[in-house]
Amino acid sequence: MAREEISTGNELCSMAAIDAGARFFSGYPITPSSEVMHVASDLLPEVGGKFIQMEDEIAGICAALGASMTGVKSYTATSGPGISLKAEQIGLGFIAEIPLVIVNVMRGGPSTGLPTRVSQADIGQAQYPTHGDFASITLCAGSLTECYTQTVRAFNLAEKYMTPVFILLDETIGHMHGKALIPDLAEVEASIVNRATFDGAPADYKPYDVPMNKPAVLNPMFKGYKYHITGLHHGHEGFPTEDAVQCEFNIERLVGKINTVAKENDGLDDLPDYEEYLLDDAEVCIIAYGSIGLGAYEAVNKLREQGIKAGMFRPILLWPSPAKRIAEIGAKFKDKIFITELNMGQYSKEIERIIKRDDFTTLLKANGRPIAPSEMVAKVKEMM
Amino acid sequence: MAFNYDKFLRVNKMPTLWCWGCGDGVILKATIRAIEKMGWDMNTEVCVVSGIGCSGRFSSYIDCNTVHTTHGRTIAYATGIKLANPKINVIVVAGDGDGLAIGGNHTIHGCRRNINLNFILINNFIYGLTNSQISPTTPQGMWCVSAQNGNIDPTFNVANLAIGAGASFVARESMIDPKKLEKVLVKGFEHKGFSFIEVLSNCHINLGRKNKMANAMENLNWIDSITVPKKKWDELPPEEQMNKLATGVLREVEQPEYTDMYEEVIKAAQGKRGKITQDDFVKKI
Repeated sequence: MAREEISTGNELCSMAAIDAGARFFSGYPITPSSEVMHVASDLLPEVGGKFIQMEDEIAGICAALGASMTGVKSYTATSGPGISLKAEQIGLGFIAEIPLVIVNVMRGGPSTGLPTRVSQADIGQAQYPTHGDFASITLCAGSLTECYTQTVRAFNLAEKYMTPVFILLDETIGHMHGKALIPDLAEVEASIVNRATFDGAPADYKPYDVPMNKPAVLNPMFKGYKYHITGLHHGHEGFPTEDAVQCEFNIERLVGKINTVAKENDGLDDLPDYEEYLLDDAEVCIIAYGSIGLGAYEAVNKLREQGIKAGMFRPILLWPSPAKRIAEIGAKFKDKIFITELNMGQYSKEIERIIKRDDFTTLLKANGRPIAPSEMVAKVKEMM
Repeated sequence: MAFNYDKFLRVNKMPTLWCWGCGDGVILKATIRAIEKMGWDMNTEVCVVSGIGCSGRFSSYIDCNTVHTTHGRTIAYATGIKLANPKINVIVVAGDGDGLAIGGNHTIHGCRRNINLNFILINNFIYGLTNSQISPTTPQGMWCVSAQNGNIDPTFNVANLAIGAGASFVARESMIDPKKLEKVLVKGFEHKGFSFIEVLSNCHINLGRKNKMANAMENLNWIDSITVPKKKWDELPPEEQMNKLATGVLREVEQPEYTDMYEEVIKAAQGKRGKITQDDFVKKI
């Protein structure tokens, strides 16, 4: 069952967060993500949740991490410059294993860049947002509906894997206003994942004493389970250590709990990691994501009207990427792969890494303007 | 009967990593005694948050839910912890580098919001852990590894900043008299609102050694020589006031506390009261 909402991507994202169980938001205003914050300010207190506009981007994520450490599902929203400022704290989220949903509504960069214009140039930043070794989970919404559904998913992944999770919108999707079919609240609530807890005697509790590739078990605070959270490398009880064996295990586990698990299970959950549109009988595969995916549907339709059997592959889970399927596409479509994105080829590089070839065609744009279906059609026709 | 610190300490983390004669240990003990006076349940009612620097270790020694955050961001993390859990007593510990340089912005805005945090700013006038770089409170003319020809950077009056930014409780004490310190900590803990407690401490290793006070006593004597109780300080001529730091409670007023105000936001959002307007506040601008 589904409900209809007439809204924007940013607003749907914040509505989804609250439906997914978020009860804390902190952030700092930044174009083009601010509406995520506006809705949080409106809706969170209604459900007894907390909202705070902090003094800067750094504090914006710190407070959300602080709230989440205590056991309250939390989120923050920003755009590229904000992620740059939040970078160090995201690292604390990774190493201390604090669930947090970070919404990035992408605008043109680098630096202040093109604040009000669309971009997808923070893909790479989402993969490696901070110093050190870790693995990032990044979802990318390709429709108004997905601004809602993928935000819910981001919360569930954050809790399941005990890690910060990025949900990427781009300016076009974030500010797009229209009708979205979203799942009924009961359906959303039935899907909610809550972080695991330890129920034994407090004296036996060791939050970070978990096997390889498993997430830490962080109990809610102030319920008798006293432990220490730190951004330093830590042992089983959370206290700082420089023990070489322990540090090596920590890093292997941080990376493995996401990358190895995704590889072994072909994804991180049971939901689709990508969408395919008319790909089965296609002779050319368009790869696009986010708002550019919306234009790509039309390009596929137009090309088919003109006798070229086009199809689309649209990744939703950007990191870790659906590598198995991308490899199959690489093998099937050979040099008839067309990648289009709003950056200088950040996802194209990932495709190249997986298929181990660079004989695909790209249409890249980084001037703050979208890519029109007609531009895609023209480029694909050149290829054929 | 001797005070039982073990009840409040992670005893297997002892001895501390602090240098011999460091004031941080005295402040830790005073803090524990103040917690005991408050009667807080360590299992369910207390959170200690620290940052980076020598003071950062504070959180790992106290046996409750503790968070060791990043450099300068203690108050920002603690704000999230407190707002999400208004009933929890949150003690925040930071050094002068942590709380006044890299984290200065959060200090200002924690004071401004008047959120009920107990902020202990340990001012030892130096970056101690990283081997003696100048901090915003390092006196001009002292020698530090990052001021090889002598420090020219002006200092500022930390407590005055807190007052200016709106903290409703501001105090300054040194760790020379632990009993006095304990009392002022209790007052701060009891106070509803942002309690800014500057605690002057020694770093004879990384400030003193290079500035003719190489042992703890010499460093403490210097701190003693620059401090004077608030009442006496008020009577000093301006040229003497400039070179003395007033100790004691410097400001204690009742002001609306942030998490209390947020409860009104919740009521308004839930239709239990009207929207919040200027009429709700005495201070209008």
